Amino acid sequence: MTAIWVVIAALALATAALKLAGPLALGGRPLPVSALSVVELLASALLAALVVVETFGNGRSLILDARVLGAAFAVIAVWRRAPMIVVVLGAAAVTAVARLIY
Amino acid sequence: MAVFAIAVSFGVLAHPLMGSVAPIVMSVFVFSGAAQFGALAVLIAGGSAGAAIAAGVLLNARYLAMGLALAPSLRGRAPARAAFAMPLVDASWAAASRGDGTFDPWYLVGVSIPQYVGWVSGTVVGVLIGSRLGNPKALGLDALFPAFFIVLLFEEARGRRRLAAAAGGAGIALVLTPFVPAGLPILAAAAAAVSASRRRS
Repeated sequence: MTAIWVVIAALALATAALKLAGPLALGGRPLPVSALSVVELLASALLAALVVVETFGNGRSLILDARVLGAAFAVIAVWRRAPMIVVVLGAAAVTAVARLIY
Repeated sequence: MAVFAIAVSFGVLAHPLMGSVAPIVMSVFVFSGAAQFGALAVLIAGGSAGAAIAAGVLLNARYLAMGLALAPSLRGRAPARAAFAMPLVDASWAAASRGDGTFDPWYLVGVSIPQYVGWVSGTVVGVLIGSRLGNPKALGLDALFPAFFIVLLFEEARGRRRLAAAAGGAGIALVLTPFVPAGLPILAAAAAAVSASRRRS
């Protein structure tokens, strides 16, 4: 449980620091273009990694289970611009039904 | 409404690991879907606190770029500038952009406040629901993680360089997962951002 509070405190401070660095500390001095372009791409790279690990990961192995169907539903629903509640509940429902059938 | 739905799922998913109070405290003080879900995913997979923090920080690194873009539009002393920069989130940053590189600070705050209320109240509702639910796997709740990251990825990965970073990050995570401790494949995906940044857009 201590680890969880450490994570919460660290992320609260780090997020505030990231938001405030530009308006307060850097005072209009821009970052080097090369550094800024990496910063802008980090979220895309990490989110894609999280999609893969959360869809196929099982500890240190990769498996195909009912989550894959839930994730596939989410991809299609987001693609078709379905409301968030449909994406979220649909992905869980598809996964739950697939587990029932198996 | 979308924010509320995401926050409810965060509360539901965080409850088994974090209990009732910690998820709400996290939403109050961190207020970031990507960082909160990312850190939670690493912790649930058995990753260390350090890996969870690093994943959250890298996911939120975009706020550094957004804050830099916002800075010239903020007036007044440091506390006033900080008060306008702290509520910054993706939706309000995009909504407050005037399209000429400047931002409307009051509009940014105006969009952020309902987002914040929805985020915190949704987390409370999620924790309450989560404390009453049975087996999360039987309900398919583990699929909420990929579903949520897919939603964020679709919003984030626009343009060729971001798509290249996403493809590289996914590939790195797939290849590394069998070989390194939980959480590290996510962090290693940052290398894809470095290599994609060298591409011409």
